[in-house]
Amino acid sequence: MTDQSRDAAASPDILPEIVLKPQRGWVGINWGEMIRQHELLFYLVGRDIKVRYKQTIFGVLWAVIQPLLYVLIFTVFFHGAAGIESDGDIPYPVFSLSGLLPWLFFSAVITTGSVSLIGQQNLLTKVYLPRMFIPAASLGSAVIDFCITCVILGLLMLIYGVAPKWSLFALPLLVLMIIITSLGLTLTLSALCVSYRDVRYVVPFALQILMYMSPVIYPVSMVPEQFQWLLALNPLTGIIDGFRSSILGLPWNFVAIGISGFISLSLLAFGLFYFRRTERRFADIA
Amino acid sequence: MTEQIIKVENLGKMYRIGGHSQHPRQLRELIVGAVAAPWRRLKRLSSHGGDLQEFWALRNVSFEVNKGDIVGVVGSNGAGKSTLLKLLSRITSPSEGMITYRGRIASLLEVGTGFHQELTGRENIFLNGSILGMTRVEIQRRFDEIVDFAGVEKFLDTPVKRYSSGMYVRLAFSIAAHLEPEILLIDEVLAVGDISFQQRCLNKMNDVSTQEGRTVFFVSHNLAAVQQLCTRAILLEGGSITLDGPTPVVVKKYLSGLASGSSAAFADNPNRSGAGDIRLTDGRLLNKDQQPRSQFLGGEDLIIECEYDVQRPHQAIHVNMEISDQTGCVITEVSTVYTGTAFAEMRKPGKFRCHITDLPLVPGQYRISVHVFADHKTQDLVPNAFMFDVVGSHFYPSSRTPDTGVCMVSHQWSEAQPGSQQYKSLESV
Repeated sequence: MTDQSRDAAASPDILPEIVLKPQRGWVGINWGEMIRQHELLFYLVGRDIKVRYKQTIFGVLWAVIQPLLYVLIFTVFFHGAAGIESDGDIPYPVFSLSGLLPWLFFSAVITTGSVSLIGQQNLLTKVYLPRMFIPAASLGSAVIDFCITCVILGLLMLIYGVAPKWSLFALPLLVLMIIITSLGLTLTLSALCVSYRDVRYVVPFALQILMYMSPVIYPVSMVPEQFQWLLALNPLTGIIDGFRSSILGLPWNFVAIGISGFISLSLLAFGLFYFRRTERRFADIA
Repeated sequence: MTEQIIKVENLGKMYRIGGHSQHPRQLRELIVGAVAAPWRRLKRLSSHGGDLQEFWALRNVSFEVNKGDIVGVVGSNGAGKSTLLKLLSRITSPSEGMITYRGRIASLLEVGTGFHQELTGRENIFLNGSILGMTRVEIQRRFDEIVDFAGVEKFLDTPVKRYSSGMYVRLAFSIAAHLEPEILLIDEVLAVGDISFQQRCLNKMNDVSTQEGRTVFFVSHNLAAVQQLCTRAILLEGGSITLDGPTPVVVKKYLSGLASGSSAAFADNPNRSGAGDIRLTDGRLLNKDQQPRSQFLGGEDLIIECEYDVQRPHQAIHVNMEISDQTGCVITEVSTVYTGTAFAEMRKPGKFRCHITDLPLVPGQYRISVHVFADHKTQDLVPNAFMFDVVGSHFYPSSRTPDTGVCMVSHQWSEAQPGSQQYKSLESV
């Protein structure tokens, strides 16, 4: 719906007029509405965080256990058994966890975000709210987990005696990049999932495949030269690689980061507009 | 001073039925050429080979609402009431026409939208309030009132999944009732909760409008509530407005329409189901003099007459009729099974009647659902096939009706004289 808010006469008790009309094609983003109701986003995030580990024995400890288990499995099987080495002389557990950091964030957002709309259909069919908040809220609890994983990584680096370099200051930029990528994709997938429930079944497989196609377990340098460009098309490649460069002080691959940055922004732009375009049908088909 | 707050012009909402409209094409656009062929086949499969039909749930609807009005929307199922509310509340977008309004619109199409079972009452107040469009400051300001109205002080820090259903509904309604939008849309939510709470809700909504100057849109099958609350009503039939005026006039017209054109309930009742070998085609309610009526007195005779069509003949046919009140609560059921009878055979179109003597219902609005079954299968089930009002009573000699309860029972009083075992009936006063 269009919501042209025309500022009516100066009188304070005359409220702005809102016009609802049929819409076709691509429409703008409703920033104003989202800013006005920004508190809702925080309540949705708060809800997700609060209910996350309700009725579990380990509770928040799961956020610690999960990354550690991944590191353990990767180290035993991929490093120990399959002989995958890290770049430079970085201990493999530290190397893999620094790659897992953005990956786990990304996969958590996609997993919960892609089904967020169909899992809360009442929010589509029984009430009107800035609907982008629903998939966007899945970023919230992923951010908490991300922070916990950061602490674990810090401890692991301390144990293995890996000192961070000045490059660590570039980390916020990379965090922003992974947020943009995750948000863009989750907006698209959640909207797609309203029409096509196939998405719900495709996502887990796609994530699994994508993990092997991203340099989480292995360093980019392990991939043969002629396939490197293919790897670079995956926006996660540049980001994961960048995380390692930043945290572990490994050499930077600015081309890959540049490509990732471009693809991430395009994904976000597409996600935003695709969501807006399909949003008006949500209540009819959810 | 009256100030116009909502203006609806030529509003229409179209749905495509019988297929998935253009969606498969859109995904196909996303999936490049190579995958297109199997996709097209899938699309043909999923659309059942049939063409898409356009269905206008609402069309050419225009009206204006002034600030502080309470407008009731009445109409039978499928008339477009809920669609209208969904359009006004921006949940779905119009296919044509335009809505112009000033201020915030909050909708209450369901109580407790967004409630999370695991969260406490307190947390849910903030979450739900925010979903309904309140700011944190507004919720805080009205927090005590919300809790007070719902009467859940003691359970504020208990997860709502441990609430009784009554508490849950009270809390949910209470949040919505303390919203501060300029326009409040309410759909049928008062059908929940006990009678005294419903009455409190109605009073609350009345306050919201008269004292706080808010505009309320109220959709309900509960005509008593509409009449109590609304000064103006809109009657929707088949997706367009047939009458817009003072509530008593509109309600009367709505009820008379139900009585005369009750075949609508049989022809386009979207909720009807059954195998269809025997289908009801029409019906009417008659009084003792065999006159069609929609209003009855308690203690009067009520004759339900149905016409049917036969696709495939059956033997040993049973008919059930459920009589429910305006809240949907089933009051009683009449059935050929209870009378130990059955229709021996139905092979040609025909008619049948059920004759209820001395209708023992208290004043109110009632609905009758008709259920025909044969060969262990439902042949036809028509929910809300009939509606009628009980407007008074001569069930009891005094012509008085009980203020509470749902039905009346015959009873006599007698007393024993002092020192005697002989009982003697009381005489009328």
